Amino acid sequence: MFGDYSLGDLGAIFAMQGFAGLILFSVYVLMALGLAIIFGQMGVINMAHGEFMILGAYVTWMTSNAVQQFAPWLFPGYFFIAMTLAFIASGALGMLVEWAMIRHLYKRPLDTLLATWGLSLILQQAYRSVFGAREVGVELPEWMMGSWQATDSIQIPINGMFVMALTILITIAVAYVLFWSSWGKQVRAVVQNRVMAGAVGINTEKVDRYTFGLGCGIAGVAGSAFTMIGSTGPTAGQLYIVDTFLVVVFGGAASLFGTIASAFSISQTQSTLEFFLSGSMAKVITLLTIVAILMVRPQGLFALKVRK
Amino acid sequence: MSDEANKGLNSPLRRKLLMGMAALPAITMLPRTSFAQAPATSVVNTTGLAVTDTEVTVGILHSVTGTMAISETGSVEAEKLAIEQINASGGVLGRKIKFIQEDGASDWPTFAEKAKKLLVNDKCAAVMGCWTSASRKAVLPVFEQYNGMLYYPTFYEGLEQSKNVIYTGQEATQQIIAGLDWVNKTKGAKTFYLLGSDYIWPRTSNKIARKHIEGHLQGAKVVGEEYFPLGHTQFNSVINKIKLTKPDVIYAIIVGGSNVAFYKQLKAAGIDLSKQTLLTISVTEDEIDGIGGENIAGAFACMKYFQSLDNPNNKAFVSAFKKMWGEKTVIGDVTQAAYLGPWLWKLTVEKAGSFDIDKVAAASPGVEFKGAPEGYVRIHENHHLWSKTRVGKAKADGQYELVYETADLVEPDPFPKGYQ
Repeated sequence: MFGDYSLGDLGAIFAMQGFAGLILFSVYVLMALGLAIIFGQMGVINMAHGEFMILGAYVTWMTSNAVQQFAPWLFPGYFFIAMTLAFIASGALGMLVEWAMIRHLYKRPLDTLLATWGLSLILQQAYRSVFGAREVGVELPEWMMGSWQATDSIQIPINGMFVMALTILITIAVAYVLFWSSWGKQVRAVVQNRVMAGAVGINTEKVDRYTFGLGCGIAGVAGSAFTMIGSTGPTAGQLYIVDTFLVVVFGGAASLFGTIASAFSISQTQSTLEFFLSGSMAKVITLLTIVAILMVRPQGLFALKVRK
Repeated sequence: MSDEANKGLNSPLRRKLLMGMAALPAITMLPRTSFAQAPATSVVNTTGLAVTDTEVTVGILHSVTGTMAISETGSVEAEKLAIEQINASGGVLGRKIKFIQEDGASDWPTFAEKAKKLLVNDKCAAVMGCWTSASRKAVLPVFEQYNGMLYYPTFYEGLEQSKNVIYTGQEATQQIIAGLDWVNKTKGAKTFYLLGSDYIWPRTSNKIARKHIEGHLQGAKVVGEEYFPLGHTQFNSVINKIKLTKPDVIYAIIVGGSNVAFYKQLKAAGIDLSKQTLLTISVTEDEIDGIGGENIAGAFACMKYFQSLDNPNNKAFVSAFKKMWGEKTVIGDVTQAAYLGPWLWKLTVEKAGSFDIDKVAAASPGVEFKGAPEGYVRIHENHHLWSKTRVGKAKADGQYELVYETADLVEPDPFPKGYQ
């Protein structure tokens, strides 16, 4: 396959391919993070995760339109406003859903699966009714499009680097919140022993609500960022849900670092195989490998935390 | 409709109206209707279809919910427009078209079930519907068993022909061969990289493309061919492979949400479509709406219709469409093909002088529609359409600019010899 190419060409391709792998890694981490928080900390399987992402995408689209119409001078930086709004919108919807639905189902973890699946269908149809069945195109400011010319033959996508930077920031922020802030301590206390946590004065209901809200909010930011690389339509959330679950389940539900490690291994396998084989074959082999590993190491799988 | 279009419609209509005079007694029985010269129902409907003295019922069967709603919405809109226009111009054999719409919900068994409902319960004289090949394959046995008539709008992979279906879109060879010839001739393209989503239409189409490239284009070859699962959103690896192989042409048949991801990432990876030739058969104006014109500007698409076509039929069609569905709506190839369905059915019924399915099916070959937005079309013996193939260049405003069209109508060939 490489016989006809010069060393320089090959070097450039491998450098770009390395970046492709890293970008895929960032995308996986970003889309799985929100789910991992909700699943890992609360044991709730949120099937509507993709729809929370798409809410973020639609918020970005609306922000883009509003800014273009009312404050065109703001357009180059609108994406940061959009991501903030996406976080707030998805987070608020998440808290509402937790209050209205999820909290009644904590004792029946498998029912949450069904309930959130229903929620995802309801949200899809709601998007379709409100925004129309067709996909919408989100316009990006000029500086976020195109690629960065590292050398003559190496081009790195700017939106990929943007997603990478965003992922690193959010991961650090989430790690900080969970492991070093006092609210994070409360969250972990509730996860370990709900009754005791309540007894020492932690408002466990509030902790649940904010945890769910945080997870959904991060999904919203992810959805907002993915308008740069993917489509925005009523059912676009479904494109991400399978990969998201794969990353979270493979990583072992309880740990944030498990999620990151799993995103890294899946993305590297996938992008390397895609390069040497074809797209569909790469997917098949990646999935088979994951299945095989999960058979040998089931602790990577669903350490389903059931609240008793 | 333009004058030219009306001329095309009037002649068979007038003939049928004269024939209808023979059924004069029926006229006196028609209450409060403007379609007074209609032939008697007992004459035009001998098989118990839903035809009354004033009305005829047809079905519309598309997905308005679920994943496919993105694509099928345009077809529903076009069919409703055509029905409204036909009613405004006098209906079919003097009868107003009433439509019953059912939702296939992007689910193939649901399509089959709804098709059965439209044929058995509602006795629809014709059904405009389906979009994906999977949904068409699901309803085909129903239409054949209960003897219905389906007008199917999407360009598709071919390898099918049925008495009960009229295919108003292109079969694969009509969409592929002329485009490849054009890119080979005008761009001197010798190396092709074939891409597609992983299901029957892209695979069959690429198979035809490969046969044509290797067998008919001098010195041309395929340097890569690959497929991605539906819904795939990460294309950076394949884009690197394209950069490595430097093909003259990227030939892309990617659909759905993947489409948007592919073009956005192609642009982000620094592939400039004004320098790198890309030819697609899966991106219409509808898809560009989601992709964003700035991400796909410079790409070439091979279709039979573009919204920007400059002819009086199309101008009238586009303005009527926008008037009905809003200034911002765009019209893609399939939407136009869906618009042909009701008109072709009307013309066929009037040629046959009957709503009976067997007579309509038999009368179909040779039916001409001069008022089509894409220009003159005619139904072939194999129930597909003779139509022109066109190549358009995508512009940043989301429209295509016509750069090439075949001189003559291209014959539909659903079972191409030497290409299977």
